[in-house]
Amino acid sequence: MTDPLTLRSTAEALAAPLPPLLAEAEHLASTVLLGDHGRRRAGTGDTFWQYRPAQAHDEARTIDWRRSARSDVNFVQDKEWQIAQSIILWVDQAASMSFRSHDNLPSKAARARTLGLATAILLIRGGERVGLTGLRLPPRRGEAQLMQMAQLLSLADDTDYGAPEAQGMLPHSRALFISDFLGDLKPIEDALLKAADRGVRGALLQVLDPQEEAFPFDGRTIFESMSGALQHETLKAGDLKARYLDRLAARKDRLQHLARTTGWQFQTHHTGESGTNALLWLYGALERHA
Amino acid sequence: MWSIGPIGFVAPWLLLGLIALPILWILLRAVPPAPIRRRFPGVALLLGLTDDENQTDRTPWWLLLLRILAIAAAIIGFAGPVLNPQNAREGSGNLVILLDGSWAGAPSWQARIDRVETLLTEAALADRLTAVINLNDLPVGELPFAAPSAWQNRLPNILPKPWQPGDPAGWFAQSDEAFETYWISDGLDWAGRDDLLAELESRGAVTVFQTPRQTVGLRPSRFEDGQVIVSATRSPIGNALDTNVTAIGLDPAGVERQLATVPLSFAPGDAVAETAMVLPPELRNRITRFEVSGTRSAGAVSLTDDALKRREVALIAGRDDREGLELLSPLYYLREALEPTADIIDGTLEDILLANPDVIILADVASLAGTETDSVLEWVENGGMLLRFAGPRLAASDMGRDAADPLLPVRLRSGGRSVGGAMSWGEPKTLAPFAEDSPFYGLPVPEDVTVTSQVMAQPDPTLAERVIAQLTDGTPLVTRQLVGEGQVVLVHVTANAEWSNLPLSGLFVQMLERLAVSTRPVQPDATELEGTTWLPNKVLDAYGRLEDGSALPGVAGEVLGLGVPGPDLPPGLYAGGDRQFAINVIGAETLLTVAQWPARITIEGMDIVRETALKGWLLSATVLLLLIDVIASLAVGGRLRGPRADVAAALVLLMLLAPQAQAQSTDDFALRATTEVVLAHVLTGDPETDDIAQAGLLGLSQTLFRRTSIEPAAPVGVNIETDELAFFPFLYWPVTADQPLPSREAYAKLNRYLRTGGMIMFDTRDADTARFGSGSPEGRKLQAIARSLDIPSIEPIPSDHVLTRTFYLLQDFPGRYASRDVWVEAAPMNAEQVEGMPFRNLNDGVTPVIIGGNDWARAWAVDNNGRRMFPVGRGMSGERQREIAYRFGVNVIMHVLTGNYKSDQVHVPDLLDRLGQ
Repeated sequence: MTDPLTLRSTAEALAAPLPPLLAEAEHLASTVLLGDHGRRRAGTGDTFWQYRPAQAHDEARTIDWRRSARSDVNFVQDKEWQIAQSIILWVDQAASMSFRSHDNLPSKAARARTLGLATAILLIRGGERVGLTGLRLPPRRGEAQLMQMAQLLSLADDTDYGAPEAQGMLPHSRALFISDFLGDLKPIEDALLKAADRGVRGALLQVLDPQEEAFPFDGRTIFESMSGALQHETLKAGDLKARYLDRLAARKDRLQHLARTTGWQFQTHHTGESGTNALLWLYGALERHA
Repeated sequence: MWSIGPIGFVAPWLLLGLIALPILWILLRAVPPAPIRRRFPGVALLLGLTDDENQTDRTPWWLLLLRILAIAAAIIGFAGPVLNPQNAREGSGNLVILLDGSWAGAPSWQARIDRVETLLTEAALADRLTAVINLNDLPVGELPFAAPSAWQNRLPNILPKPWQPGDPAGWFAQSDEAFETYWISDGLDWAGRDDLLAELESRGAVTVFQTPRQTVGLRPSRFEDGQVIVSATRSPIGNALDTNVTAIGLDPAGVERQLATVPLSFAPGDAVAETAMVLPPELRNRITRFEVSGTRSAGAVSLTDDALKRREVALIAGRDDREGLELLSPLYYLREALEPTADIIDGTLEDILLANPDVIILADVASLAGTETDSVLEWVENGGMLLRFAGPRLAASDMGRDAADPLLPVRLRSGGRSVGGAMSWGEPKTLAPFAEDSPFYGLPVPEDVTVTSQVMAQPDPTLAERVIAQLTDGTPLVTRQLVGEGQVVLVHVTANAEWSNLPLSGLFVQMLERLAVSTRPVQPDATELEGTTWLPNKVLDAYGRLEDGSALPGVAGEVLGLGVPGPDLPPGLYAGGDRQFAINVIGAETLLTVAQWPARITIEGMDIVRETALKGWLLSATVLLLLIDVIASLAVGGRLRGPRADVAAALVLLMLLAPQAQAQSTDDFALRATTEVVLAHVLTGDPETDDIAQAGLLGLSQTLFRRTSIEPAAPVGVNIETDELAFFPFLYWPVTADQPLPSREAYAKLNRYLRTGGMIMFDTRDADTARFGSGSPEGRKLQAIARSLDIPSIEPIPSDHVLTRTFYLLQDFPGRYASRDVWVEAAPMNAEQVEGMPFRNLNDGVTPVIIGGNDWARAWAVDNNGRRMFPVGRGMSGERQREIAYRFGVNVIMHVLTGNYKSDQVHVPDLLDRLGQ
């Protein structure tokens, strides 16, 4: 269990150097929730779009008198049509994420949380609505949402491997899944397909410990999952290395493939690296035009 | 104790545990190494993967072998293995341990004593009464049985003697006690050995301890055909043996030296080897003994006596104008008589005296020139022997008529006399028997020796004592007078057959021998020795060492004549009268024979094999193997990772490489410091100060390189505790307030450095704030450091100090600060300025210290790009000050390297010119 305040502050620190992240609103016809994403045409919104000559149907109170005073015609301020994007986060909180191979490294969960919340902070600063998958935290905007999100992200799960919930994903919204993706791929696959069906695009970020990439083991070893539920005993761990790496590569490949077919982005991040890299990638991935 | 080969076991039953090893092997094999449990989220990917090979299911065979070996070592270790176990000698009853105790055993005497000691220890365990008897030094009375422990205390007093046992059988026959005998033999046969063996066997069992080893005996040398023949005999006769024989004697300074060494080779199967030594007579006559190199035994030493000496005899005749009449030559008979036994010198008297012969024979020489007389007299007084023969010239001369001539023993009456001739009365005179106090005493007087003419001695109160041979009528034939250490002898007849037929007789030769003009080639016979007493001058001990024998009683001539060394005639050099006689252990005909024992006698070796308990070694091996097992198990189990592996590898590397690395670095340091001139600074422990000192010396080195013929390499920092200082001509020592005081060893090193011409420049670097000697922290530290240093009295650099002109002409010695308080070794008190000279002649050497506080290093310091690191002063005057600081540095190094070269007055005119005076 991480202290939500600490998590918040580290996430703020991580997010600080980046400009507010404005996710592109791709298509939100049915998303009636309005946000700050200008549609480049007049509509409901807060931001000034253009002056146009007042029409007969315009109410008098809509006339911009300051502009109208400089000419003979009355002008009306058109607001830009703005909608807010909803972004759903899923940060794996399962036991497997709590692994760290070295005291100097953050656990995968810590890194995942930080990245997730940092993204959320950037998005909220950009005026987006951010929420969590499932029905735990529907997308909302504002600082209060961040506090709540930090609170929820700090909870740990006892299951070995986490699976995303596809519920609560608004159609045509965006999603971000952060996990090690070491558990069963089926739920993830289902979730992704379901999301794709709903027109949800997003990014998969795989967070791995360097040891999980290197497999530097030798000798007789019993490998246990973090909860101890799964066990595998080997007498020569060194011999397994090649096959383990093959499987890991295959899994990444599968995820990549899955992401490509569903229009998602996939990236692997190691806890040994700086979190900023991953955040930059997330920035890019969520900003990307469809 | 149960034993296999040379290894015995204290607890052999424990070895049965070895049977369990195969079982253990199987058991251990079945137990794989304990697995490591690892939390690893990636386990999901591993599920379903199977191990390729199942070998590591079991412990690897080598690890298994390691463990089995460790356990085997432990089992064997606890079984108490002992190398060379000593089975205690059985036996009861009284025990006699005999030692031959002759010179042949001397080289390995300690081994014999050790053997006796172990035998005594065993006897003590068996509680036997024991007697240790040296056959060469038989105790008086009964067999001295005592407790073995008592004998152990007395063992150091049992020493070998330089002769062979006499008749111990008779001594043992005194009593009829029964005892067992351990006989420690020297390996040489001797006369009464068989009798003794029979006697001992009648008392009890006899066990002989003997090691076959070569015994070499050096026989007396002899003189043949101008060569010294050295021969040696050996026993047992075996393969070829090469050794060296060394001739030892006094050198002209009276110091004993090896005069010559010749190889001596025994051919295989030969008992005797001979070699010849060709030596100049001067060298040969100085030989006192021969030794076989590297053997400590009296048998390997052969003393020389007169037999080897060949005296140098100079012959001078007064009448050599009668060519072709050889038989009438006054020297003919002398030459014939002396040639076999002496070296004859011819020449003029001056040349002869330079050669310092033993004897000068003047045959019918009447008078010598004045200077010759003096020099001959001096030579006689220094031990020379002047032998004069009469003759017509002497008879005709006035020599010694009126006053005694120092070169004649008696005064002579004029004319001499003739008897028995055609024109005279009487018969030719014969010789009277020699008196007892005459050196010729004992020589038979042939009847047919007659004298027809002689010179007559003036009757004189001292005449009687000077006569050593006379005629039957009482007239002197040979007279002698001792002069100083030498003597003057006059034979009152001619040296040829003109006046007497004495030179034709054998008596003539014998008389010459007795006079020690010539040396006799043969040993004196018993009759000759009868009644004489000989004093031991030097005696040999069994180890072949010469000892002073003056405390020993004299030896009767009869005993000496036998020539067999024994308790009453220890081998050595005996002196009687003017002769020396050597008694050697080995005679000219001695053959060494090996002691042969009957087959019934048990013969054991001399070697003592010490028990060596192997338990400790084996248990250590066990521990070591187990330690290896720990590391190997960790490696096999995959646990040797991360910090553990680092630590293990570091430990191994440290053990393997550390000493070499150390040695390497020391060598590198020495090479770096000595291949070129290197300026050095003392490391203070303060990194900044050290860096600045380094940079300063670098700047100075570069300046020296550019401006002078001194081309120093990069400066180095020197740790005065660990580094060698002798490589450096100059040490710069920046004094910091908090540097530690040098250790005692470092002080010793520093003082040695200062005394042997090194220079240390102390820099307190505080001249901006403190005056010299005032209480700045650095100043106090300098005082503390210098308290134990060997620093002479110091003074501020005087204006005529050589430092002011070794390269540049300077009067200021600034560094970063321009204080004038720079101190060097004080000039001697008596240094006076000579009139007209600008400089005093100051101390003859390099000042060992320069003490100041001007922070020279900062003024000199340059960085790696050659840029000045610290500002000095302001503007151009500051740069000038820096320049002067460099010049001072150059002067210092010049002073260090060239000493007081500029202190001389050679350059005075130039210097005066440049000084504008």
